[in-house]
Amino acid sequence: MAERAQPLSATPGRAAAFVVAAVILGTLLAVAWRAEAGRGLGPSDWAALRFTLVQASLSAVLSVALGIPVARALARRRFPGRRALIALLGAPFILPVIVAILGLLQIFGRSGWLSHLTVSLGLPPVQIYGLHGVVLAHVFFNLPLATRLILQAWQEVPAEQFRLAAQLNLGPLAMIRLIEWPVLRRSCPGALAVVFAICLTSFAVALTLGGGPRATTLELAIYQAFRFDFDLGRAAMLSGIQLLLTGCTALLALRLSRGDGFASGLDRALQRWDGKSTLAKGLDTFWISLAALFLLLPLLAIVLAGVGGLTTLPSSVASAALVSVATALGSTVILLLLALPMAAAVALGRGGLIELCGILGLAASPLVIGTGLFILIRPVADPFMLALPVTALVNAVMALPFALRILVPQARSVVARYSRLALSLDMSHRSFATMVLLPRMRAQIGFAAGLAAALSMGDLGVIALFADAEMATLPLQIYRLMGAYRMQDANAAALLLLILSMAAFWLLDRGGRRHAEL
Amino acid sequence: MKHLIFAAGIFGATTAIADVPELTVYTYDSFVSDWGPGPQVKEAFEATCGCTLKLVGIEDGAALLARVRLEGTNTDADVVLGLDTNLITVAKGTGLFAPHAIVADYTLPIDWADDTFVPYDWGYFAFVHNADTPAPTNFKALADSDTKIVIQDPRSSTPGLGLLMWVKAAYGDEAPMIWEGLSDNIITVTKGWSEAYGLFLEGEADMVLSYTTSPAYHLIAEEDASKAAAAFDEGHYMQVEVAAKLASTDQPDLADQFLAFMVSDAFQTIIPTTNWMYPAVTPASGLPDGFDTLITPEKSLLLSADEASALRDKALDEWLNALSR
Amino acid sequence: MLNFEACTITNGDFTLHANLSIPRGARVAVIGPSGSGKSTLLEAIAGFRGVTSGRITWQGRDMTALPPGKRPVAMLFQDGNLFAHLSAAQNVGLGLRPTSRLTPDEQEQVSAALTRVGLEGMGTRKPAQLSGGQQSRVALARALVQRRDLLLLDEPFAALGPALKAEMLDLVAELVQETGATLLMVSHDPNDARRIADQAVLVADNQAHDPVPTLELLDNPPAALRQYLG
Repeated sequence: MAERAQPLSATPGRAAAFVVAAVILGTLLAVAWRAEAGRGLGPSDWAALRFTLVQASLSAVLSVALGIPVARALARRRFPGRRALIALLGAPFILPVIVAILGLLQIFGRSGWLSHLTVSLGLPPVQIYGLHGVVLAHVFFNLPLATRLILQAWQEVPAEQFRLAAQLNLGPLAMIRLIEWPVLRRSCPGALAVVFAICLTSFAVALTLGGGPRATTLELAIYQAFRFDFDLGRAAMLSGIQLLLTGCTALLALRLSRGDGFASGLDRALQRWDGKSTLAKGLDTFWISLAALFLLLPLLAIVLAGVGGLTTLPSSVASAALVSVATALGSTVILLLLALPMAAAVALGRGGLIELCGILGLAASPLVIGTGLFILIRPVADPFMLALPVTALVNAVMALPFALRILVPQARSVVARYSRLALSLDMSHRSFATMVLLPRMRAQIGFAAGLAAALSMGDLGVIALFADAEMATLPLQIYRLMGAYRMQDANAAALLLLILSMAAFWLLDRGGRRHAEL
Repeated sequence: MKHLIFAAGIFGATTAIADVPELTVYTYDSFVSDWGPGPQVKEAFEATCGCTLKLVGIEDGAALLARVRLEGTNTDADVVLGLDTNLITVAKGTGLFAPHAIVADYTLPIDWADDTFVPYDWGYFAFVHNADTPAPTNFKALADSDTKIVIQDPRSSTPGLGLLMWVKAAYGDEAPMIWEGLSDNIITVTKGWSEAYGLFLEGEADMVLSYTTSPAYHLIAEEDASKAAAAFDEGHYMQVEVAAKLASTDQPDLADQFLAFMVSDAFQTIIPTTNWMYPAVTPASGLPDGFDTLITPEKSLLLSADEASALRDKALDEWLNALSR
Repeated sequence: MLNFEACTITNGDFTLHANLSIPRGARVAVIGPSGSGKSTLLEAIAGFRGVTSGRITWQGRDMTALPPGKRPVAMLFQDGNLFAHLSAAQNVGLGLRPTSRLTPDEQEQVSAALTRVGLEGMGTRKPAQLSGGQQSRVALARALVQRRDLLLLDEPFAALGPALKAEMLDLVAELVQETGATLLMVSHDPNDARRIADQAVLVADNQAHDPVPTLELLDNPPAALRQYLG
């Protein structure tokens, strides 16, 4: 039918979604299929589920609750270095878990900077271990993400609305009711869901900062089922629960906040006339400073710990860095091959299931994916030969949810704006993709690619399950250095990783923007 | 499925046809790292065997056993190196491992008479602390003190499981009480040894669960005598690390040759300063300088493989109960 | 001859009936109150909106089921007529071949078309570097090289000032004169219709009526139109 004509085909997007679903669900099935009779889920697994839900909910609520004033302040203030600050605030998100934990503890730990301060004031040292520690760490990881999602929604408010508000001389309360509340209603459900889903799979952070087995999460229960009990059936079941929870959360969020995303262009200068009072200025300064201190101090600690050993790093760290860069590039290419067709299919309005597939990456247990891939690959090829491609693929699937959030809104707007023109010109699907869609999405592609590269660089991923003696990525090498007592080198390697991740992000994001044509 | 297995068979066959035979050894990751014994062991063995030694690193001992179980009888491994006594019974139960005929003059504090698993190194679990601070001398004193410790989770870490067995071996049915006493000393539990030791080095805890040999690293590699292991008068639980030949190996002779090499001086001299453990057979050259400064426990604790396996789940429940309060 | 044979076009809750013929080469204004379905009628011709019953034929050939790009139609929309990241020449070139690079001969055609609409030498500019009127000219140049039998205008000049709009309409009139294309243009302004359309189709009360001479319709408007014209 003529009315169903589309400038693009949804088929590649469906195929990509199928690949993603196959990787996530196929590996789960492979693990389940390989299972011998196990003991099923026990009370401790339910306790793990309960704790997982509690910590993930608290982390999500707190990340978003803090993200609101920070985003609000960033949205209405212009100051030198604002753009750099927004970029830097994203750094915790791409840090390897162990590095981030050590950085956090240098600030908030028993012998951290904060404890030094409290002790010198005659107070007891900071007590970080416990549920509040878990939540603190999760907020550290996810506050930047929540802030970015909300900030984006804020900046999508047309400039005319602020002009109109200024014209009508609306007070702060009226501003909240008429402009800010709708922004929050649109952006917060999505942000809550994403952070919640990310925290569902937390393991090392929850255990280490949770202070003991009270803080057992589902992912640790999976680990235990697999390692301690070799009960693959239970591991698969627990992983299934994780996927189900994430799937439901994602569907809810998609329903509540249709069409949101965190596109680039956060530095758009928007003239604002509100928030000129001293109180408002003071509050905004307070929130921006607090967020910057909270997020940047642990980074500073990581830099200080590593900078001394940077020049004396063993050469194997450099070769691991090369492997990591190569893997990150491969992962980025795979990500784009998956994400772009999927974003296009979603933009065509046929994406419910596709978007769901994309989001499942958030909930997939790396241990289950890795084991499942191993079971699937082994009969046909040597898994160790495929260690790096498999790592790249898994990292791409894990970065997909974020990439889609970046790409989909712009893909929607390109399709909405140009599809009739393209159809009337009889453009082929391929031409529309190469001549219109891709050129117009350069900035978003750069941003997504940068995020994927950085995430892949910092993620230990499944490499540990496959690694050969000669092939180690930088995160694995950091673990190896720590395992060999070499804390100094490990700190320096962690700093190198931080630098490489940020550089990859910056280069790709910048590259996308520089060549973006309007 | 059949044709896939067939394909795997062809793969296996092509490697077997190659001129130089290849021996595949699965081990834990820190063994193969640049700072572990792997590189030197590979060089030394290849100099004598006329073969290629392929070392494959798989996280830790528990992951290693899980991997072999996953692969079953068509595993690529000829030898598995890096299990410990806590895993032996489960490993034997799989029927995947073959008996050995290795005879060696072990210098273990205990008698070794396992027909399947050959020990290659061993150590005592111990709490490591800064030498300038006094340390408690047993678990009860530790529980009564304000000393803060960081330990590993037995569900995800070999030393973590070792501590569980330590308390069980020393206190039997009183173990839950000990854990309750310790619960306010444990600042946190980590996924693995590296995280725990990292936290200790950063000053988060006064003591960390590690080995009596840990101070040797700081002394020998860093010329730093500031770390010490606390001697506990209940005795110290041992970790004996072992290797075994797979029943399904296509290189049985080479595998036997490797196991024999493993208890020879060539291998054993590498162990102390790469794996930071005691060699299973003290080489003729003795232990490296610095090892003589380490504490020697008065009593060695070790549950037999079968006891350890039988007690494991109960001990874990006790631990979880005591620490989840 | 463009024929609507007992067509029903639906757009959500809205239904438009059309049963009419437009002779080849005619210049037709589509006139009617706001929301009466003028754009819907054009979208049905262009293939953006399907007909639920009946059929649309051009020169006796049924095109009801053809996708938009396969119809003998060039269309200019209210906005979004140019790809903002492509140069003027590239935008025009898309009318010849919506794929990769053009042959030298085709490039020749593109620059000839740009010259014809008064944009000689401006082929390398991006739309953002052109004025509103110039952007309209680029879109017209593309319609020119498309050589389609039907040219549909859905108020592409609505944002231009009166003088500029008149200039564009004159250019359109010249172009259809030269190419022999059949023109259908939606218009809110009776003066536009008077200026270049010899016939007019009234769309009102869910019905598109047969074309009548423009002057006749505007000078003696039926009730539905009279209220709109005021």
